[in-house]
Amino acid sequence: MEFGSDFWGQVFLFFFEYGNSGLFLLALAIGLIVGSWIERRHYRSIIQREQAGVGLPVVSIGKKGETRKAVQEVRLVVGMASISTDFFKRLMGSIISIFGGEIRAYESLVDRARREALLRMREQAKGADLLVNVRVENSNLFISAGQRYAIGSVEVMAYGTAITYEK
Amino acid sequence: MFISNLETIPGMKIVEHYGLVTGSTVRARNVFVDIGAMLKSLWGGELKGYTKLLYSTNEVALQRLEAQAEAMGANAVVNVRYATSSVALGASELYAYGTAVSVE
Repeated sequence: MEFGSDFWGQVFLFFFEYGNSGLFLLALAIGLIVGSWIERRHYRSIIQREQAGVGLPVVSIGKKGETRKAVQEVRLVVGMASISTDFFKRLMGSIISIFGGEIRAYESLVDRARREALLRMREQAKGADLLVNVRVENSNLFISAGQRYAIGSVEVMAYGTAITYEK
Repeated sequence: MFISNLETIPGMKIVEHYGLVTGSTVRARNVFVDIGAMLKSLWGGELKGYTKLLYSTNEVALQRLEAQAEAMGANAVVNVRYATSSVALGASELYAYGTAVSVE
């Protein structure tokens, strides 16, 4: 069980040894209540912004340079997001990983991070007519690299080329 | 300066290739952002400090890429790709590379 390897796991195992399980339960409650509230709020904002930005076509295929219209501007747009999970879900995840199977809590975490990064990329491309050659990458730049305690979070980087046609 | 991850700049013609240009930056996380992230991981949510670091790292890498292309006399960089690697404990690298070209 990898539970002991994360920061809060270490902290609460330390308190557990001294017979203070109240703090542990408090952390679980904070994770469950505040964590799921934050997630719901985040999903609401993601869905709202996704619906607001439907006008801009975003494709993951490249464009070979031939366009029917004259091109005014071409630029690289990048969107990034780093999202952390909460204590309750991390505990659930480590319990499920004993028996194996699907960890729903982590699926929603990566889903949120990807959609957020894609949305930010799209916001940067505001005013463009087409967004092509979109790539999504897990960057792991500041979170996993050489971290002593895993904090259960993901970094996602989405980039593509925004094309604006001449009006 | 046009920068794109396509193989050409749409609507323009490549007249000259100058070869590969790279921009890389090695960054360490700062300890205050780290502590903030650890606290935040109790209730979850966006780690704003890390996101900010990501953006500034990307900016520096792209600036270096552009500077190199400019020095070669190019006016565009095409086929830009990103790669990341962890160099040492707590330090990581963002590497952007592409092909410097002249378009018209």
